[in-house]
Amino acid sequence: MPIELNVNGVMRTLDVESRTTLLDCLRDSLDLKGAHAGCEHGVCGACTVLFDGVAVRSCLMFAPQAAGSTITTIEGVTPGPGELSLIQDAFCETHGLQCGYCTPAMIMVAHALLADNPAPTREEIVEAISGNICRCTGYAQIVEAIALAAERIRGVNRPRSLNR
Amino acid sequence: MSAAGHHRYVSTDRRVHEDRRFVAGKGQFVADIDLPHTKHVALVTCPHAAARIKSIDKSAALKMPGVHYVVDGAELAAATLPLLTGLDTPNVPRRPLALDIARYSGEWVAAVVADSRAQAEDAAEAIEVDYEPLPFVLDAEKALEKGSPLVHEAHGSNVLLDKTFVWGEVDKDFAASPRKLSLRVKWGRSSTVPIETFGVVTSWDPWREILDVYASIQMPRYADQIGLALKIPTSSVRVHYDVDVGGSYGVKRGIKNTVLCGYLARRLNFPIRLIEDRLENMRGGDAHGPERLFHVEVAFDDQGIVRSMKMRALENVGAYAGRSPFQLGKPIGAIVGPYKINSVEYQAIAVVTNKTTQDAVRGFGQGPTNLALERCMDEVANVLGLDPLEVRRRNMIRHEEFPYLIPTGTTYDSGNYETVIDKVLANTSYKDLKAERDRLRGEGKLAGIGMAACLEPSGGNATFEALLNPAITTSTFMDSCRINIDGMGAITAAMHTTSSGQGHETLVGTVVGEVLQVDPDTIRVTRPDSLNSLPSGTPVGSRMAIMLGGAAFHAAQKLKDKLAAIAAHDLGIPFDRAVYECGEVFDRNAPDKRRSWADLINIAHRNYHRMPAGLEPGLAAEHIYQVPTGGTLPTKDGRVQMYPCFSFEFHLLLLSIDPDLGRPEIVRYRLGHDCGTQINPKIVRGMTMGGIAHGIGAALYEEFAYNDEGQLVAQTFMDYLLPSSHEVPMVEIVDHETPSPHTVLGQKGSGESGYLGAPAAIANAINDAIRPLGISINTLPIKVSKLGDLIADARIKKEIE
Repeated sequence: MPIELNVNGVMRTLDVESRTTLLDCLRDSLDLKGAHAGCEHGVCGACTVLFDGVAVRSCLMFAPQAAGSTITTIEGVTPGPGELSLIQDAFCETHGLQCGYCTPAMIMVAHALLADNPAPTREEIVEAISGNICRCTGYAQIVEAIALAAERIRGVNRPRSLNR
Repeated sequence: MSAAGHHRYVSTDRRVHEDRRFVAGKGQFVADIDLPHTKHVALVTCPHAAARIKSIDKSAALKMPGVHYVVDGAELAAATLPLLTGLDTPNVPRRPLALDIARYSGEWVAAVVADSRAQAEDAAEAIEVDYEPLPFVLDAEKALEKGSPLVHEAHGSNVLLDKTFVWGEVDKDFAASPRKLSLRVKWGRSSTVPIETFGVVTSWDPWREILDVYASIQMPRYADQIGLALKIPTSSVRVHYDVDVGGSYGVKRGIKNTVLCGYLARRLNFPIRLIEDRLENMRGGDAHGPERLFHVEVAFDDQGIVRSMKMRALENVGAYAGRSPFQLGKPIGAIVGPYKINSVEYQAIAVVTNKTTQDAVRGFGQGPTNLALERCMDEVANVLGLDPLEVRRRNMIRHEEFPYLIPTGTTYDSGNYETVIDKVLANTSYKDLKAERDRLRGEGKLAGIGMAACLEPSGGNATFEALLNPAITTSTFMDSCRINIDGMGAITAAMHTTSSGQGHETLVGTVVGEVLQVDPDTIRVTRPDSLNSLPSGTPVGSRMAIMLGGAAFHAAQKLKDKLAAIAAHDLGIPFDRAVYECGEVFDRNAPDKRRSWADLINIAHRNYHRMPAGLEPGLAAEHIYQVPTGGTLPTKDGRVQMYPCFSFEFHLLLLSIDPDLGRPEIVRYRLGHDCGTQINPKIVRGMTMGGIAHGIGAALYEEFAYNDEGQLVAQTFMDYLLPSSHEVPMVEIVDHETPSPHTVLGQKGSGESGYLGAPAAIANAINDAIRPLGISINTLPIKVSKLGDLIADARIKKEIE
C-alpha cells in the first residue's frame, strides 16, 4: 500500500506491504541501516527511532501506521558525512559503546531526553535508557556520555565570563 | 619487553578509533549487506524435545509465492560432512539440519529459500513434518542414570567425556586435614546473548570457484570448518573479516548456519542470507552457555588454610557437542584460583541431553568454576567463624611468590593480590562496609557482604583440548600482523579476524604507533579477507591484547630496525649508532647527521642504489606470534602450561534484600582489577563493566529455562531477562598494574573480566544476607521468585519455632 512520511526532513512516498514494520521499511526501502533489529518484540530497543520527536520502537510499528508522521533516524541526527553531533561526540569521548549495535538507538534516546530535559540527573538518564539493552558496556560509560553531552549542550554559546 | 609507564600512546586516555562509525550508525553489520539477487532463508524447527522425523511434505510450501527451494536434513547430510566437534565421538555427529531424529525442541529440521524473509517464513509454516515423539532427558544427573533415554543411541551412553585428573597428593592432604566441607553448586544455563543475532550471507562464484562468506562470526578456524564440511578447499572460502559483529562474548559460532547457507549458495547459484530471528537464535542458534553442576569438597585446617580440593563438574552440553565439553578444560589452568591449594582432584563430565546445544561463552567455563571455588572459601570462613576476607588473605599467593606453579602444571606469571585488595579497601574500609550492612540489618533488611577473588587466564593457549582429547596435538596458538609503509610514507597495518566490540583496530594502531613513535590516528588498520590473511586464533580466551598486540609490536619493531639499518647505511655509520626517533634516524655521536622519514621512504621505495646489501626494497613486515610460554603438550599425568597471563580481580559488594519481596539490590559495588599494562584504559573499563553486567545477569536473572515437556520457556527477552540500566549499579573500579613478564608491553587479558567473579561475589553476598535465617542458596540464577519463597519459608519456620 502507498504511504507518505517525512523521514529525516525529506518527504518520501513508498509502496509497502501492509505487514512491513517501520524498521524493515527504513532499512530495506529507504536504505537507512542505522536502526537495528535485536529482538523484534519490543524489548531490546535497538530499533529505536524518533516518531514525531518521541523515541519509539520501530519493530513494533507497521510502516503504514507511520504514514503522515515525521521520523528521525540516526542518519538524521548526524550533521554530515564524517561529522558528529555533540551527543555522538560525547559517546566517543566516554567510549559509551563497544560493538556499536545498540548505539544508534541509545543516541536517539539521548536526543529525545536532552531535547526535553537539558539538565538530567543520573537517575533520569538511567531511566531514559532503561528500555534499551546494551550487552557490552554495563551502561556506565553510556550514562557518562549523556551526562557529558548535557553539560556541553548547556555550555553552548555560554559567555566565557559565566565560566569559572 | 618493557615495563609499564613511559609510553607515548599506550595506557593514555585515547579515544577508540572504531567508535566514530558506530555512533553514526555506519558500522557494517551482516544484516546491512545487500548483495544483488539475494534469497532469504527461514527455518522449520522441531516442536518436540525428541522426535523421529517420519516424513517432510514440502509440496504446499514450494507452491507459495516467491519460494525457490526447501532443503531437509537428508539432502544436506548427503552433500556435506558433519561439523567438527574436537571430541572422539563419531556416533554423535552434529549437522546443520536434523537427520532422521531431532534431539531438542527448536532444532532445525528444514530450511526454506524465498525471495524475501517474510515469504520464507510463510512457507516454513506450510511445511508438514510428520514426527514420532521419542523419550527424552533434560537433566544431566538423570542422563547419567542407567536406563535413561539415550540422546544418541549409537553412542551407547549420554556421556561424551568423563575424565578424572589427580594433581598432587590429594588423599594424603585430605587425611592430614582436620576439617572438610562439601558443597553442591549449580551454574544455571545462561549465556551472553548479544543483541545482534547470528547472521550469515553466502555467495558462490562458480567461475572463480570462490564462496564468499559475510558473517557475524567470532570463532577460530571458521574458514577451515566451512571448507571441511562443504568438501571444498579452504582456498575457495573467502571470509570477509571486515564485517562488524554486533556483540559476541564467545557465542557467535554460527558454523551450522554457514554450512547450510554455503551449501544453498552453491546448489542454487544465488546469494543466500540467513539472519536468525530472536526465536531461532534462542532456541536453535549457537546461543546457550554452561549449565554446570559442581560437587566440591575442600580439606582445610582450623586456621582456614585450604590444603586440597576435590571438584566434580557435570556439564549439560545439550544435544550435540559444540565447544561446550572443552569448557570443562580451560578452568584447569586456574583451578585453584589465587590460592595456594596444594593438591586437586578434578573430574570433568560432559553429558548430552535433549536441550539446545551449548557453545563457547565468555570465560569458557572459568566463571562457573570460580563460583564453585569462591562459594567454598566463604563456607570455610563460615564454619570456622572467621572473616571471609581474612580466610582469602591467608590462602593467597603472595607477590614475592611469583612466578607460581599450581598443581595442574601451569605457572602464574605475576600478581599482587594483596595490594589490589588493599586498594579496594583504601577509600572505605571493610569495617565501614560491615557497619553499613549492620545498619541495613537494623532497618529490617536482609543485608550481606559478598566478595570474590579470581583470575582471568588470558592469552588463549588452548592446550586443554589436548588434555581432554589426547588425539589432539595442537600446541601452536598464534596471531599475526602485517604492516606496510607505502611509497608516500603512509602506514597500513593488517589484522586477520573479525571484532565484536573489543576495539582491535585501536589496539593495533596504538601498539604500532607506540613502536614507530607516530600518532596512532594516522595509522590505517585493515582487515583483509581470509584468502589474504595471515593466521589468527581470533578473539577468544582474552587473547588479543597479548597476541595481536604482540604480533603488531614485533612487526613494527622489524620495520623500525629496517628504517634504522637503511639510515645507518646511508649515513655510513654502524647500525648500533643509529638512533630511531619519531620516524627519523640520527647518528648517536653526531645528532645533526640524520635522515628524515621522507628520506627513508624514498630510499626504501625508489633508491635501491642506496639500500644496504641484502635488504629487501620497500617497507613491509609481518610477524606471526606464538603464544608466550606455549608450545608444549600435556604430560602423561595431565600437567600442562595453559595460558601465559593471569589477570586478577577482587569483587566486593554490599547487597540488601527486601525480606518481603525477596528482591536483591546491590547497594555498593567495588572492584579491584589488575590486567597488567592497560593499552587503552577506556576499552578495559568498558570490558570490565560489561562483564559485571553479564555477571549480574547470570547471578540473578538469566536462564534458558525448560519445562517438563522439554520446551524452552525462556525464548524471548520477556522471559529471558537481560539486565537493564536499572539492574546494573555504579561500580567503583580500582586499577592496579602488575605487568606480565611474558608480554611485549606487560599487558594481560581483560576481555572476560568482571564476568568471571561477579556471579560468585553476588552469590556470596546473598548467602551472607540470608545466613541469619539459617538458609543458603547455591544455584544460579537466584531469581526474585526463588529467593522470595526461600526467605518466606525460612521466616515461617522461625516463627513456628
